[in-house]
Amino acid sequence: MTTSDNNNDNTEVEVAVAEKQSLYERIGGEAAVGAAVELFYRKVLEDYRINRFFGQSDMEKQIAKQKAFFTMAFGGPNSYTGQDMRTAHAPLVKLGLTDLHFDAVMEHLGATLVELNVPAELIAEVTTIAEGARNDVLGR
Amino acid sequence: MFKLTVNDQNYSCQSGETVLDALLRQQVKIPYSCKKGSCQSCLIRSADASPPLSAQTGLKNTQKKSGYFLACLCHPEQDMTIRLPDHLPKYFQGEVIAKELLNSHTLLLTLALKENYQFNAGQFVNLQRPDGLKRCYSIANIPQEANTIEFNIRCLPEGYFTSWLLNELKVGDQLAVSEPRGHCFYLPENIEQGLLLVATGTGLGPLTGILQDALKNGHNGPIYLFHGARKIEDLYKIDAMQQLAATQPNFHYLPCLSAQETVPEGFSSGRVNDVVNATLPSLKGWRVFLCGHPDMVNQMKITAFLKGASINDIYADAFLKSI
Repeated sequence: MTTSDNNNDNTEVEVAVAEKQSLYERIGGEAAVGAAVELFYRKVLEDYRINRFFGQSDMEKQIAKQKAFFTMAFGGPNSYTGQDMRTAHAPLVKLGLTDLHFDAVMEHLGATLVELNVPAELIAEVTTIAEGARNDVLGR
Repeated sequence: MFKLTVNDQNYSCQSGETVLDALLRQQVKIPYSCKKGSCQSCLIRSADASPPLSAQTGLKNTQKKSGYFLACLCHPEQDMTIRLPDHLPKYFQGEVIAKELLNSHTLLLTLALKENYQFNAGQFVNLQRPDGLKRCYSIANIPQEANTIEFNIRCLPEGYFTSWLLNELKVGDQLAVSEPRGHCFYLPENIEQGLLLVATGTGLGPLTGILQDALKNGHNGPIYLFHGARKIEDLYKIDAMQQLAATQPNFHYLPCLSAQETVPEGFSSGRVNDVVNATLPSLKGWRVFLCGHPDMVNQMKITAFLKGASINDIYADAFLKSI
């Protein structure tokens, strides 16, 4: 990650980034996101517990969403706020989205990273970030 | 410092600056979001210079070949002329040289272009009639020395444009053809790779173009073409495809009929998606081309992906009906 972004509100983040490579960089950046989405989306579509929440109509849109999700979970650049996550998932909450489904997604996230030989300590960091979205996704 | 040209205006790109940052600094409106190459919001096209490979990370191979790149990842290596997504296409003059019916409702239209016209089989264009009305159709042949291009056009009885094509347009008339667009085409690489081509209706047009292109380039992996229609009279080019399958050992043609009571020998019964599903157990490592009805295309994308085809190996064109 470069530190040349014109993002003046984030001086603290920039200092931290300058000190050590970001999680996103260490995990492999865009290429890692692409590889992870490929594995993850296949697992999700094959999982009868949750595939109905991953609309089966427009694959490109779904893949763009998965990429955004992984970019976020890898601590990478993203422009999503907690409120965005709430709004985006509200229709799914109405359809009955619960902790059980979120757990299933977390399970596939972990399995995907293991399959990609991501070191355990990085998987733990990713899991923590993704967990942080739980309450927003479930709308509470 | 390099020069960026957008809509005939020149902008500067300073050293260390990305194309996205340079254009934003100079108030050019361009969509973007993550600025890190993930979201692909800032996908634009170079009309002349080949973009740096590093700016094409994550794109489909056909997009790379067409000069697409991510503005946020691009540090120019030379001056570039850039096409933004809302760029108006250039038009070429075409002359109608043949009109022929392929079945009761499918027109084969052949145009000859005056200027040299470059395209890849499977791309699509706008055809525009003199009053400005235009429609989008896929090219159904490979580039010819005579600069001719073919289209397979489904004639809708209620369609303004297709009624005009069918009833009023004559051989010798002029028709404007836009520059080609779209990423659903064949690239001559991995010629041993399996190719799956699935069409419904006039989706066969671009796929026969892609098929010709693959064979011309010596593609020697298995090639399966599935063509779906309701009844046998809704199919076309049956004889040509059967003959090709008889002479080309790696090519397999499977016409599928979803609403035919008695399905003759050599045809499969059922929807094309189901026939593909039953015929090919795995698509791991395959390249997949899908053209035709949006429902078929959307379902087949998922099926192909779940059968192991990689996201970037699935090329699709959903045909939307406009009257």
